[in-house]
Amino acid sequence: MTTRRVAVGEPILGANDRLAQQNRDRLDAAGLFAVNLLASPGAGKTSLIVRTIAALAPRLRLGVVEGDTAPVTIDADRVMAAGSPAVQINTGGNCHLDAQMVAQALPQLPLDGLDVLVVENVGNLVCTAAFQLGTHANVLVASVPEGDDKPYKYPAIFRGLDALVLNKIDLQPYVDFDRDYFLRGVALLNPGVAFFPLSCRSGEGLEAWVDWLAARSAERHA
Amino acid sequence: MHEQAVTENLLEIVLRHAARESADRVTDCYIVVDQLTSIVDDSVQFYWDLVSAGTLAAGARLHFDRRPATVLCQACRHTFALGREIGPCPHCGSERLQIESAGDFRLESIGIVVVDPEAAPP
Repeated sequence: MTTRRVAVGEPILGANDRLAQQNRDRLDAAGLFAVNLLASPGAGKTSLIVRTIAALAPRLRLGVVEGDTAPVTIDADRVMAAGSPAVQINTGGNCHLDAQMVAQALPQLPLDGLDVLVVENVGNLVCTAAFQLGTHANVLVASVPEGDDKPYKYPAIFRGLDALVLNKIDLQPYVDFDRDYFLRGVALLNPGVAFFPLSCRSGEGLEAWVDWLAARSAERHA
Repeated sequence: MHEQAVTENLLEIVLRHAARESADRVTDCYIVVDQLTSIVDDSVQFYWDLVSAGTLAAGARLHFDRRPATVLCQACRHTFALGREIGPCPHCGSERLQIESAGDFRLESIGIVVVDPEAAPP
């Protein structure tokens, strides 16, 4: 009988990463720009999507993959009412989307007719950071009433962002949200990340976000 | 909460490498975890004991090698380990800092037992 130590050196989520790459290839073949939309519950992911659909139409068509832990279609219904195709993924209580769930959702959408795909992840700032989906950009929706300490408490998710939306800025007068403190934390983890303070309720600041999305989409077509 | 998914992935990798080595038992798994990776060691071990039951990796001990993230001061280029709280540079006091971390989360090696090494393929 012998005992020995064997070198492995494999990323533990490598299987997910490989599936994510397949998703990416599929999205690239369809020529669209795909966003992994992250947030805690209630930050305004679906509200941002609904606002964005209206702002992009009729120039650009947006499709949505809705991730939810429970078999409710509230979010997908809102998206479809706003005029976009949506497919709902029920994660069966799971705290995050993974590449496999997205791979199953993609064939249910008319990818070739879309310019932008938004994958609305499960509302969670921890688990969602670990799983690549194959999308082109990670976008986090933070919001003013959640508090200004989020970057300090959830560093992993802030590190991987391509854009950061700060929603509900119309509530700033009513809550103790120190935007400088918030942005110092963001700069520590992710200097230079695109930042869009806005209000889905009032519409303030939406234009810069929509322009960024449209520009990224145009790059995919180029 | 995602420790269960993580553990199932870990088991797949462990069993694949154990089979390649004709192992009869896996005794230890050595895992490298970056400081900024949100993984709870005890939770992984808890799920591990459940998912590995009945396999040749049942009862294996998981060892977590936590790799500290480092902070690079943008003002004086001093590098220091990231503590529990993010504070100013201990060298020059600047708050213009950048966190550097590889985000590693990998299975580095496994400890195995081979009962009859002569029977193993070369």
